[in-house]
Amino acid sequence: MPEATPNVDGGDGIDGSDDDNGDDDGVRIDLISGARMEGLTSMEKIRLILDGVRDGNIVILEEGLAPDEESKLIEVTMTEISPDEFTGIEIETYPKSDAGDQTLLDRLMGRESAQKLTVIGPANQLQTLHKDETLISALVSRK
Amino acid sequence: MGLLTNLKDSISKVSDRLFADEEPKRIGIYGPPNAGKTTLANRIARDWTGDAVGPESHVPHETRRARRKEGVEIERNGRTVTIDIVDTPGVTTKVDYKEFLDHDMEKDDAVRRSREATEGVAEAMHWLREDVDGVIYVLDSTTDPFTQVNTMLIGIIESQDLPVLILANKTDLPESNIQRVANAFPQHETIPLSALEGDNMDEVYDKIAEYFG
Repeated sequence: MPEATPNVDGGDGIDGSDDDNGDDDGVRIDLISGARMEGLTSMEKIRLILDGVRDGNIVILEEGLAPDEESKLIEVTMTEISPDEFTGIEIETYPKSDAGDQTLLDRLMGRESAQKLTVIGPANQLQTLHKDETLISALVSRK
Repeated sequence: MGLLTNLKDSISKVSDRLFADEEPKRIGIYGPPNAGKTTLANRIARDWTGDAVGPESHVPHETRRARRKEGVEIERNGRTVTIDIVDTPGVTTKVDYKEFLDHDMEKDDAVRRSREATEGVAEAMHWLREDVDGVIYVLDSTTDPFTQVNTMLIGIIESQDLPVLILANKTDLPESNIQRVANAFPQHETIPLSALEGDNMDEVYDKIAEYFG
């Protein structure tokens, strides 16, 4: 009888190394809290996201990424795309940029108001159906 | 008194020289694939230098390397603004070679094009973080501007405090909706144009001089 639940042994279970996506019946979703991301460096965050997405998971970040981290995420994603294997990511947040609301002091102090729910998945599995300032509607499919 | 006057003159000459020797600002032309970035870069370059920047195409990711046109002198209201134009590959979060097969391309060519496209996007992001002083953000006004790439790129540009001019391109097409672009980015001014037809380029050049001069 196949395992019905994802393997989360060994502590976190979201590092991509001990993952078991179970059988082909479902799509795994990792909801990562802001607290969990807080202590990570930019590259650790990007690795955490891309490792999950490359395993076919949908990754939901409670607080999203800072603009500079989003820039690096695009850059690293591009370096990992390969034909017939990985075509990139679909990523969605609400359209309004928070950067304009930040004060200069906030930015100088590194206080990013990046808190925006972010959904990231494999480009061939996550499709955005509708998006506006207050709603993101997406379709998740199996591989 | 004479000493003070001489000192003032010296300071004035030094500041004039510093100003004159200032490096031209590098202005990156950014946006999603097929927004008309190269058409705009060619329009600007041809209008002021007589040369083009690169080939244009309706096939996405025609521009797969950032191309710089140096020393473009734009004259506005009796003064000259000198900029370097950097035409960048269209930014995306995904590239699938199969898209290119729809444009009558063989698989090998499509795979090569997709690989070059991914390198180009990575290069464009690097330029944005390190090497541009201002951004012209080009959008196709016939398509939905509420895309994640647009949201992220405008956020990245704002976070770096780069001056940004948003252009709603392709106004020559009947489906063009300038207001939709303006509504998507209300914190910025939106200038309509048709880079292909050269419509409203006077206002574009006025704004380039105002934003980047």
